[in-house]
Amino acid sequence: MENSASNEAFVRFEGVQKSYDGRTLVVKDLNIDVPRGEFLTMLGPSGSGKTTSLMMLAGFETATKGNIYLNGEAINDVAPHKRGIGMVFQNYALFPHMTVAENLAFPLKVRNMTSSDIETRVKRALDMVELGSFGNRRPAQLSGGQQQRVAVARALVFEPDLILMDEPLGALDKNLREQMQYEIKHIHERLGVTVVYVTHDQSEALTMSNRIAVFNDGVIQQLAPPSELYEKPINSFVAQFIGENNKLNGTVLSSQNGTCQVTLSTGEVVKALDVNTDKAGMSSTLSLRPERVFINPDGEQYDNMFSGKVEEIIYLGDHKRVRMNVCGHDDFIIKVPNSTDKRGIQVGEIVPIGWSVDDCRALDPV
Amino acid sequence: MMANTVEADGQLTPEEQKRLTADMNRSLRLRKIRSLLLVAPLVIFILVTFVSPIASMLFRSIDNPQIIEYMPNTSAAVAEWDADSNQLPGEEVFAALVDDLVTGRKNHTIGKAATRLNYEKSGMRSLLTGSARKAARLKPPFKDKLIQINSDWGELDTWRVIKRESRPYTASYYIAAFDMETTPSGEIKFLPEQQQIYLKLFWRTVWMSLLITAMTLLLGYPVSYLLASLPMRIANMLMILVLLPFWTSLLVRTSSWIAMLQGEGVINDVLVWFGLVDDDNRLSMIYNATGTVITMTHILLPFMILPLYSVMKTIPPSYMRAARSLGATPFTAFYKVYLPQSVPGISAGAILVFILAIGYYITPALVGGQTGQFIGNMIAYHMQSSLNWGLAAALGVILLVLVLGLYAAYSRLLGTNNQMSLR
Repeated sequence: MENSASNEAFVRFEGVQKSYDGRTLVVKDLNIDVPRGEFLTMLGPSGSGKTTSLMMLAGFETATKGNIYLNGEAINDVAPHKRGIGMVFQNYALFPHMTVAENLAFPLKVRNMTSSDIETRVKRALDMVELGSFGNRRPAQLSGGQQQRVAVARALVFEPDLILMDEPLGALDKNLREQMQYEIKHIHERLGVTVVYVTHDQSEALTMSNRIAVFNDGVIQQLAPPSELYEKPINSFVAQFIGENNKLNGTVLSSQNGTCQVTLSTGEVVKALDVNTDKAGMSSTLSLRPERVFINPDGEQYDNMFSGKVEEIIYLGDHKRVRMNVCGHDDFIIKVPNSTDKRGIQVGEIVPIGWSVDDCRALDPV
Repeated sequence: MMANTVEADGQLTPEEQKRLTADMNRSLRLRKIRSLLLVAPLVIFILVTFVSPIASMLFRSIDNPQIIEYMPNTSAAVAEWDADSNQLPGEEVFAALVDDLVTGRKNHTIGKAATRLNYEKSGMRSLLTGSARKAARLKPPFKDKLIQINSDWGELDTWRVIKRESRPYTASYYIAAFDMETTPSGEIKFLPEQQQIYLKLFWRTVWMSLLITAMTLLLGYPVSYLLASLPMRIANMLMILVLLPFWTSLLVRTSSWIAMLQGEGVINDVLVWFGLVDDDNRLSMIYNATGTVITMTHILLPFMILPLYSVMKTIPPSYMRAARSLGATPFTAFYKVYLPQSVPGISAGAILVFILAIGYYITPALVGGQTGQFIGNMIAYHMQSSLNWGLAAALGVILLVLVLGLYAAYSRLLGTNNQMSLR
């Protein structure tokens, strides 16, 4: 069984549970397989169990129940320093009393490498993060972004097969964070290491990951590639958490062949994909992305055609954010690309809107 | 009133810089005055109660007014005399001496001069006071009559000592403090081994203080580590236990150690009861160096724990985790990552404990017996019992210089300042 596991899953969580106080579970029955070379992100609000899961993988927390496998071997009882996992911490955790080069040499020294070996590897790692001339500086003399790169280089310098990152970009400002996202992504692509990344920032997760595991309440809500997660959320939590989302509450009227009809509280009937509803007569929340709703759908015919009053228009450069009152919800958002809005909508106008049945997902009620 | 013009590249000409500095100083003056007023009471208090006593102590250790003041004629007359001439001073010096002895006896001041001279040469006190009693009846010429009263007046050494101590400043207290003496011929040499007191005492004070510092570090480091890594609520509760000794009087704590450690004390009783120690052979753990070390380690422990704790509190646990994840064993991670970062706490605690220990005297006085006395006890003895304040001051100055010297060496060796600024 372990052999077959090692062929597919490089990292495997199997029925892992974690409780700190013996009463509540922080992680409830976690099962993930991470293939070699994947960039997997654990995404979720704080307290959702994502960091705890990462710490169990690193060995700093013990699983209350279940097994964690690395390369086919159970590592529950392996000490952190014997796991050979590189880790990047939120506050970088660069040793302040050592220079940058000494920080990078640290994992090599404890592995008793020769000093010439250490020198070449440290140099290579510094060059990789474009900090070749910074070896003699102290971490405190570097900017946040530079410290971040040193932390990444230090986690990579001993060539681990698995890197864990615990919200490593949290302390950086927005521009730098985006730049670092690309850099980390490129390093991952170049070296082919397996990365398990923890963040609460959904755009960060969407940018970098092969797959994203959305955590809430100690349970993985959905595990899917970024596009699937955004386009096809399987429950209301994921739909709300990833990207912007219009929600309409109603009752399931009928459901067949994967589509259903939902009656809203104001009486309108909406056709939607039946993703996660119970049965006819039960309530459901419809999820609708703002860019999938069209104003003045001239010529085209949509499954769902309604009209709404324009309440507010916010100009955002490439697009306008239009807040409308639709079916009794006055927080209905539509994104209108500037290039398509030739007529120019006005506040107070009542305009026809429409959306396709494929873009409207009937999910569990919120 | 012209505003400073700043050139495009942000560089100011020297003239403009000067003007800018002046403007800045003017705008900050009010704030400076306010901060001065805020610290003024403390500064005055420190000047009165700390700086001036130290200055007076420094001065007293070299001040030598007694002979000039209480034997003014003699000290003036003997200044003319050539001490290397191998001849006794002339009649005029003896006449001046008789004059001083008579006045000194009348004013009850000759004893002070006699005491001062007796520090330098034993027998001087009885020589002066004895002669003073008879001096009033003497008629000139005095020289032979005085020598007749006491043959010491015919000794060159007597006059050499009087001449030497007729100077307003003296190094003799320091010479005594270093267990040395000035021979009558003016040579400075060490006292015989068995008469040396102070050097041994200084050495003992230093090594026992070092031992106490090491003990507090050994006991305090794990406790501080535990306190720093526990959750706040539990750590605060344990901190109360650490601070508990501060709430009890020093004397009570010291006396309770006597109850614990003495021959019929708790520890000996328990050991005897368990049969680990023979009843006739009870351990002597008090009224000796052991008692001083144990008691002072306990008393000074909080001064080690508090700075250690405050530094350790600032070391994020992620450093140790990072070290572990990079492949370091728990020991290596501690030794290479945690320990270096706790060095500011170690040095702050060690310096605090060492400086407190080296000047301690109540505890050694109570539990130290003969072998556990510190130099502080000797200083107190000279202040309170022998009333040789000059020697006490000299010993105090040496202690002060010793502490400053050790501190300088320490901070240079371990680079405390570097470590501090790094944080």
